[in-house]
Formats: sequence, C-alpha cells, structure tokens
Amino acid sequence: MPVRSDKGNSGILNTGKDGPLDEELKHTPLYDLHVELGAKMVPFAGYEMPVQYPAGVMAEHKHTRTKAGLFDVSHMGQVVLRARDPDDAALALETLVPVDVLGLAEGRQRYGYFTNEDGGIEDDLMIANRGDHLFVVVNAACKDADLARMRAALEPEITVKLIRNRGLLALQGPAAVEVLAEHHPGVRDMRFMDVETLPIAGAECWVSRSGYTGEDGFEISVPEAATADLARALLAHEDVNPIGLGARDSLRLEAALCLYGHDIDSATSPVDAGLTWAIQKVRREGGARAGGFPGAERLLTAMAEGPARKRVGLLPDGRAPMREGVQLFASKEADRPIGQVTSGGFGPTIGAPVAMGYVSADLAVPGTALFGDVRGKRLPVTVATLPFVAPGFKR
Amino acid sequence: MKYTEEHEWLDLDGDVVTVGITAHAAEQLGDVVFVELPDIGTSVTRDDEIVVIESVKAASDILAPIDGEVVEVNEVLVEEPGKVNDDPEGDAWFFKLKIEDASTMDDYMDEAAYKAFIAD
Repeated sequence: MPVRSDKGNSGILNTGKDGPLDEELKHTPLYDLHVELGAKMVPFAGYEMPVQYPAGVMAEHKHTRTKAGLFDVSHMGQVVLRARDPDDAALALETLVPVDVLGLAEGRQRYGYFTNEDGGIEDDLMIANRGDHLFVVVNAACKDADLARMRAALEPEITVKLIRNRGLLALQGPAAVEVLAEHHPGVRDMRFMDVETLPIAGAECWVSRSGYTGEDGFEISVPEAATADLARALLAHEDVNPIGLGARDSLRLEAALCLYGHDIDSATSPVDAGLTWAIQKVRREGGARAGGFPGAERLLTAMAEGPARKRVGLLPDGRAPMREGVQLFASKEADRPIGQVTSGGFGPTIGAPVAMGYVSADLAVPGTALFGDVRGKRLPVTVATLPFVAPGFKR
Repeated sequence: MKYTEEHEWLDLDGDVVTVGITAHAAEQLGDVVFVELPDIGTSVTRDDEIVVIESVKAASDILAPIDGEVVEVNEVLVEEPGKVNDDPEGDAWFFKLKIEDASTMDDYMDEAAYKAFIAD
C-alpha cells in the first residue's frame, strides 16, 4: 500500500517494517517514558519524538478538547536573554522582531516572529518578560538559526543562553487548570499569557498560561532531572492522557495556529498570513519605535497597501482531505491556480476535513466557492472563517 | 487466504477475489477518515491504483493485486471509513474482483509467510 504523501510518519507501509531511526537523533528527557507508554516514535526536527500513543491521533485529539492532554515539547529551543538593564535586552530583541518587547510587562508573554530583509518570517516565537531576563521559546527546527541570529545581533551587550538543562511540557485542555492546581493552586489566578515561577512537584518551574491547541492550558519549563517525574505526576491524574505530534498538528490546525515551514516561512509576509496583530502600535508607522526590525520598510508598506493574498480557512465539501500542496482554483475549468493549501487534514472535533491555505485577496471572503485539485480531480471547497473551533483561553 | 507485500488480504471464492487490508496495515495507518472506491465494471490491471485510503496521517493507495474486473465495492466504507480500523479483516473489505487466471494467487504469501514478513 504505497503512501502517497507522508506527514508525520516514516512511510512504514512502503516497507512493512519499522526502519531503524537515525542514530544521530536526539532524545528528550521523556524518551524512556514515551517508549514505556507505547508511543510510535518518529524523527522530527532532529529528535526522536512520539507521533502518537496507542490511543491514536483521533482519540488523543478529542481527549485534549474535552479533558487534558500532556505534550512533550522539550525539543523546542528555550533561550534566556539577559542584560545588566533588562530594558536593554528588550530594546535589542526589538531589532529582530516587530513586537513591542519593551512594553511587555513583567510576568507577561507575547507571540512574535523574526523577520527578514524581504519582510518574510524566519521563525515564530514566544517572548516572556521574567523580570531580570527575557525568556524566549523558538521552534525546534529553527533553533540553531535563531540562536545564531540572536547571538550575531545581540552579543556581547546581551548574553544569549540556550537552556539545555530544562525540559518543556504542555498541559492543554479544559481540565488542565484543575489538574495543575492540585500541584500549585496559584495557577488558577493566571490569565492567558501570564508567566510565573512556581514550585511544582518539588521543582522550580517556569509556567505560562498558553499553548498550541486553541484550548486553555499551560506550558511548563522544568529542570531536566525533574521532567519525567513531573510528567508522570500529571499523567497520574485520570483526566490526563499523553498526546503525540499527530494530534498536536490537528489541534493547532483546527485552532488556525500557523506551523512554521508550512503556513508561514521566509517568503511569507505577516500581512498575508494575517499576523499583523502581533505588531503593536508603537512599532508601526507613526509609533514611537516604528520599524527598526529587518524588512521593516517593506513590511510596513505592505501593511498600508493590504495583502494581495490572504491566509484563509478551507472546508472541503466532501470527505476527501485536502492536504498541504493542493492547488486551489476559482472554477472547475480555470487554468491558473489562485492559491494553495499549506496545512490540511482531518479535523476530529469538526468531524470533517479542514485546511488552511492562501488565496488571492478577492477570493478570501468566507463562503467563496473554490475547487481544490486532489489527485487530478477538481473537488469543491469553501472558504471558511478561522478558527474552526472557538478558543478556550482564559483571558 | 493470501497476502501481498502491500498488506492486502485476498480471499478467493470461485473466480471472485475479495480484497481488504490487514489488521497490521490498519494499525500502522491509524484512524482512517476517507475511502475512495473504484466504479463497478472497471477493468483493472495488476498494480493499478484503484482505491485511495486516507488516514489522519497520510493518503495511501490500494493496488489491484490481479488483473480482473471490479464486480462489487463496499460502499459502507465511504460513509463510515472508521470501519477499516474496527474490522479490517472482516466487514471492512474494499472490493471484489472477477479474475480470469486464479493461478496468479500463487504469487502471494500465505498467512505464515505474511506473519514472518511483518515481523521481519
């Protein structure tokens, strides 16, 4: 049974056996736990990661939406930026991102992205103000490049330190807060995007109320040696199940959250991607610290002109998923594509295929009927409002 | 019962062979969310891609194991693709082929050989 497109698995059905994984692959502090839980491990961004557990992607996805899921995201890059005066670190980081970092209050976190000279996106990241330092979390696949970028631009005035001795867990879902509150009741008072240092299961944890599923939840940076113990303590709760990368992808897709390298990349403008909300007023045209990041002129001009193409939601009319790369057309007969799918698959909560992609701005209105080329057939698909599921964040 | 290296099972009854995928394949695929079946009456040649099956993870093809004509398809799978995971070697067969040369069945593995193949 030849695999046609292969996302998230290693083409097992081409060979009928599990090929040996590359010996160079790194392990997170939870590797042994994943294996013990029966996870199917796959290579991902240089790490051997769980793509699913025995429950399977569909059940893991639904469990996260109804109760709580525990994700190992220790492969992501945790970086601390420190200067004698914390404002210097904030101002320095502002030379790389269009975000108001200086105005980020202590104990708060913000989404942002590194831009390039073309006004494209080099990676997206979370930036937290932890008082005497900034804590940023970057994508695993971009970790080395991001580190090099920050070191080149910020050192020696700012120290840029990759944190190698901490794991990173995400506890996501409507039950997450009560599960974590059993370990520290203080988490109940945290708002969406708050960050705090809290002792949890005997370890100093850096906790933020955020995630990548569209649900309420927490991301927890924990000392490496305590990571497995904390994971086991959380999994001991009846509402918590382990969740792999497969469900992480379908959860974030339903929540319309971009995946770097797919929905956004170095050639994608934040204007087209609909991510200019992450550029606060002070960094925009007329703001006190307008521009000053790579590609600022192009990006601010594009903001003023408006997008030529837009990231939209796409609901295939039939049951066939429209996956990444599917070309979109305005009609059954049209020669030229007017866009393409950048993420697509089955949405377990929606119970139907869902996708995101880019279409020319005049066709981006929800309800617009388009066609996607699936295996040579033009199948109907409708432009839809994002996100597909209402967010469960605690504002 | 015979098995292919593409993880199909073949059940010959007279000159009609019923084709499905093995429990091993269904497990490896993960939750099946979409099945596209061939039209009844289609003439197929061995290794033609005649079924598309999509799981939460990927799209795969099922190949025609033998030359023949499609005489029946399991329409239930179109509405309920999850049946492929529930009962892959029973109710969730995909199609039936009327074949001319039953000797081609000999090209395929028996159960013991298939078990050894997937254990390898």
